[in-house]
Amino acid sequence: MQIRKIVLALTAGLMSSTVAFAGDVRVMWYSDGVEGEVIQDLLNRFMEQNPDINVILDNVAYQVIQEQLPIELEAGRGPDIARVTNIKTLADHWLDLTPYLADPEYWRTNLGAQFDWMRPDGSEIIPGFMTQLTLTGGFANKTLFEQAGVEIPGAEATWDEWVEAAGKVQDSQQLNAAFAIDRSGHRISAPNVSYGANYIGPDRLPAPVDEGTKTFARKLVEWTESGRMNKDVWVSAAGTTYRAAADDFINAQIAYYYSGSWQVANLSTKIGDAFDWVATGSPCGTVACSGLPGGAALVGIKYTKNPEEVGKVMDYLASEDVVREFTERTLFLPAHKGVIAGEIDFQSDDPNVKAALNAFVKATGQVHENANALPAWKWGTPVYGALVTRISQAMAGELSIDDAFTRIDEDIKAQVAEASK
Amino acid sequence: MTAQANTSIARRAGAIVMAPVALLARVFDPPLRGLQKLGGTNAMAAFFLAPNMLIFGVFVLFPLAVNIAYSMTGGNALFLTNREFVGLDQYERLFDCGNYLDRQTCREDLFWTAVWNTSAFVVLQVSLMVGVALVTALVLNRDLKARSFWRAVFFFPVLLSPVVVGLIWRWILQRQGLLNFGLYELGFEPVNWLVERNWAFAAAVGVSVWAHVGFYALILLAGLQAIPKELYEAAEMDGTKPGRVFWRITLPLLMPNLLVVLVLTLIRAVQIFDEVYVLTGGGPGTSTLFLTQYIYEVGFASHLRNPGLASAASILMGLVLIVLTLFQLGIVRRNDRRGGK
Repeated sequence: MQIRKIVLALTAGLMSSTVAFAGDVRVMWYSDGVEGEVIQDLLNRFMEQNPDINVILDNVAYQVIQEQLPIELEAGRGPDIARVTNIKTLADHWLDLTPYLADPEYWRTNLGAQFDWMRPDGSEIIPGFMTQLTLTGGFANKTLFEQAGVEIPGAEATWDEWVEAAGKVQDSQQLNAAFAIDRSGHRISAPNVSYGANYIGPDRLPAPVDEGTKTFARKLVEWTESGRMNKDVWVSAAGTTYRAAADDFINAQIAYYYSGSWQVANLSTKIGDAFDWVATGSPCGTVACSGLPGGAALVGIKYTKNPEEVGKVMDYLASEDVVREFTERTLFLPAHKGVIAGEIDFQSDDPNVKAALNAFVKATGQVHENANALPAWKWGTPVYGALVTRISQAMAGELSIDDAFTRIDEDIKAQVAEASK
Repeated sequence: MTAQANTSIARRAGAIVMAPVALLARVFDPPLRGLQKLGGTNAMAAFFLAPNMLIFGVFVLFPLAVNIAYSMTGGNALFLTNREFVGLDQYERLFDCGNYLDRQTCREDLFWTAVWNTSAFVVLQVSLMVGVALVTALVLNRDLKARSFWRAVFFFPVLLSPVVVGLIWRWILQRQGLLNFGLYELGFEPVNWLVERNWAFAAAVGVSVWAHVGFYALILLAGLQAIPKELYEAAEMDGTKPGRVFWRITLPLLMPNLLVVLVLTLIRAVQIFDEVYVLTGGGPGTSTLFLTQYIYEVGFASHLRNPGLASAASILMGLVLIVLTLFQLGIVRRNDRRGGK
């Protein structure tokens, strides 16, 4: 009898550690800054109000979201809810929340502007909502510019003017490099568009590399060779590996950094009062001064066994008060129309933060239509991957830039062909 | 307590310990005898090997068969049943080259880059590894002060996770790392170790040797200690010079261990991935992109995964490893035969 009790207790113990019970909702979450703590706090409050639903927040590395989650989804498994950035490519795996939401119309009105970014072309489902909108843009180390006696370029300054100004700061302050851009095809797509690039062909398949992309890529390689662009970020890795240059900016090793709005909280936390910095919007090309919009979405996964509970959690997280609190505490740009229309009190004592967020909000008005089309385009991420792989080979001197363009076209063509099998 | 009493207690303890074994033997003995009568001694060998073969089949042969099947399919779907059969197309794609010595003429130029990088890495790393392991073993075999401490020092990196090894050396070698700080303090110009092609490749080789040399040195040390001392004493009495002692006594008698080390190092060098991936990410450019990273990138890390192409590349790499393993088996058998004589 005693042995039986022990076996039963052991079995129950094992099951409780490995199996999700009815009422459990697992959320796979990654963090750029403090949002992991904020969401846990919000979910704790939800569980107090809904004791029958147990929400388990799995904080994972971004790489897990990028590499492991797609495989889990292909296998028909995964969490119940996930925070993702590869929104369009994986759209077939998202749950249609419509039947599980208290008021689908509220969702369509307040969050519907980005639904096409996260659902298959032509679909009308409600898959989730954007936890944050992002926009690529630059940051300048104001203190370094002042110390060098160089004026920070104005809103209409071109990429060439920015690099020239940052170069003067580099020479004056003996910096390792003048500027850096994150090692990411997404990041350089904004300047590509500003120089006239359009990735989307008439058949909505990837178009061959055009003059816009070629112009900026050539500049980028030249700046790397001349030592203006920080070589470490792009050259020191192969393939599609993502590398941010934030640490170089935080350590005042570069005067100018091109990344995006999601870095605001990170820069504020890590720089503190070490130096002053400003967000600058996106430098201009020959066609526009565009950033690239994007963001992270919280989506339901269609393989969930608890869709009702998922709907309740999503309803709670998408409610106006919760989105406002999340926005104010994480310093992210919101996607919720009601929150945008109201007053947002970003919670930071750092004077650089509010100015930076305002600069990004202002820059949203300058987004070019070709950039605006990319988040809802299925082939965006494969194109970004080919760009970063081949341009970094050209920077390393392994390929001529023209050979790199040929390879980019071949890589994308091969990927499209493979995907259509 | 007398010695007789001690013996009696030991016997009782032995009997208690052996009781379950004896019980098992009694239970299994009749069916096993029956099996032996039915199938003979050979059937018994197969019976005892069966559990191991089952595990081998499930965890090695089955995945291998699945991998071969994947390499003959195309598309991005994960499940084999959802994938299109393409025959040998993936292999054809990998071998589609104008000139194998010029990777730019190859359709899958990154695969050939990885092949050439891996080949260069194997040649350099294996030579260096065997050389350093031999020198280390020779030094550790001498009557040093605190010999156990020094042996532990050389073996310690073997215990570290490859990711930890990669990270530690990344912090040392990066532009603002420990090494450049030291160079700067000494008045030298810092070097961008992980961004300059040749330095990064040298770093990949060096770090890999540092991480594993202790293991191979240990194998060689065991071989050195098995050489009879009398041979050295006789050579000393004859007044033989140390160099001649090394070439005529140490090296020939250490050869079996040296060959094992050589083949093991070769196999592991072909499989190099983890510490170098963390250290250089395959860069600068693609100068430390090795075969396993190529397979990982194509099969898992790229935005549109291509499991078919990754499987084909891994099958080709597997063939190379099979050749090296057969080479090792041949050497071991030859040594066994020599030992028998």
